[in-house]
Amino acid sequence: MTSSYDPTRDVPRPARWEVLYRSSGPFWDGVASGKLLLQRCASCARWLTPPRPMCPGCQSREHEWVQSTGRGTVHSFATYRHAPHPAFPAPHSVVLVELEEGPRLVSSLVGIAPENIAVGQAVEVVFTHAADDFTLFQFKPAA
Amino acid sequence: MTTTRTVKDKTAIVGVAVSEFSRDSGRTEYSLAAQVVRDAVVDSGLSFDEIDGIVKDISDGIDPMYLQKAVGIEHAQFASDSHWGTSAIVSGITAVAAGICKNVVYYRSVNGASKRRAGNDFRAAKEMQDESLDLLRYDFYSPFGLLTPSGMAALCARRYLHRYGVDMSDLAWIPAVASEYAAANPRSAFFEKPMSFEECADSPAEVDPLRAVDCAPDVDGAVALVITSAERAKDLPHPPAIVMAAAQATSTEGELFSSFNRPDITGLPEMKLMGDELFRVAGVQRSDVKAAQFDDRFSFLVAMQLEELGYCERGDGGAFCAKGERIRRDGDLPLNTNGGFLGEGFLYGANVIEAVRQIRGTSSSQVENADLVLVASGAGGPADGLLLRR
Ligand SMILES: [Zn+2]
Repeated sequence: MTSSYDPTRDVPRPARWEVLYRSSGPFWDGVASGKLLLQRCASCARWLTPPRPMCPGCQSREHEWVQSTGRGTVHSFATYRHAPHPAFPAPHSVVLVELEEGPRLVSSLVGIAPENIAVGQAVEVVFTHAADDFTLFQFKPAA
Repeated sequence: MTTTRTVKDKTAIVGVAVSEFSRDSGRTEYSLAAQVVRDAVVDSGLSFDEIDGIVKDISDGIDPMYLQKAVGIEHAQFASDSHWGTSAIVSGITAVAAGICKNVVYYRSVNGASKRRAGNDFRAAKEMQDESLDLLRYDFYSPFGLLTPSGMAALCARRYLHRYGVDMSDLAWIPAVASEYAAANPRSAFFEKPMSFEECADSPAEVDPLRAVDCAPDVDGAVALVITSAERAKDLPHPPAIVMAAAQATSTEGELFSSFNRPDITGLPEMKLMGDELFRVAGVQRSDVKAAQFDDRFSFLVAMQLEELGYCERGDGGAFCAKGERIRRDGDLPLNTNGGFLGEGFLYGANVIEAVRQIRGTSSSQVENADLVLVASGAGGPADGLLLRR
């Protein structure tokens, strides 16, 4: 399926380590279907980002996946002045988005030049086909 | 809590050794490790037969058994692959204080520059992919090009600048003073002459807001030290660095440089926890400290450590270092007197060895009456630290 994927050249795929972060599978399955799903404790409603097998608030192992509105703000950002990888030509900005539900996700921005990004800026999720078999979630400035 | 209380004044660092620090050692990490362990044991005045404990960091590649095999340590009764930073040294101190073993050797050996292992080198993303220090990276960060510790640190730095209304030039005294110390340090492979504040402040961004001068360079090198009981230390050749206190701490939602889901990403809560415990156990004041070694893998972490370790208010770490006055050799808190990781390269353990030099009186930037030295490691990950006295 991914025989043409070259990790030294193409956008690195999420590892989806089922052993350690069993719950990251549903997250990326959600992204593939155009949904940003957040893991939440079914017992005490604490957000579990990044995903994990147990709630640190109540030790429950029951959780649910809740669709985020995809709206948030730029909590922080960083700009690589040298390409960190051939798939990310410089300047390449990485952004930390604080979703309106509260959890923060690392992502990247589309539709804005690095010099125009600002902390606090409103953004909303978009889904990008990075390859035939691979969808990424990114953010764009909110309308 | 009980453990650190029993540690007080029970142990000492009595032997230290470093290899050459270079951009390309031309040797294996195994060879470098064997060399420094041998040299540290010789420096301590103990015999090889007396070494019965071996500790190292989990990210160091050389297994203690292989080290033992090379150096000729016949039987060991304590071995530990510790967490991050220099917490392996805390483990060794704890083992000696608890009587599990008598004499521990700690080592770290890294071809960080030539192999680009575990580095800040943002051009070495491919190598970073092979590294499994932090598995979360591969699930949630790599797909967006956040491939290096420098990028993760830059996200925290940007938020820090935003929150406290400072900019990177307010922090530029930190790399400038580090370069002064490094230029005076014959081991530094990176600075033959110091960089001025202006040169640091005006240097171009690498991972904006971090400049190259804010990122400790990768280096090839190895360090080792020997821990024994305070009692045994009395008969040994060098003045011992007595361990007044040793502490470790972790905190919730922690990741290595990427603790992005903490309520506040502009601080280091484990560093505060660790520091409070150090001073509580030692029973000394912050102002009693004559010199300090902080973790400066990235320059702004020094500001955060000054804040978390109780030397200034949150957001004032850059101001504390203004004009370099307080942190130079004749200041209130001479800081990273070997040039730190910024000056010598990123190699945990070298910071503790510089603290021992200050206690012994052999630093290339020796502080007068350096009878109490603070060490903090693991900024941006699990924290650990020591208070060493004469
Ligand atoms: Zn819960």
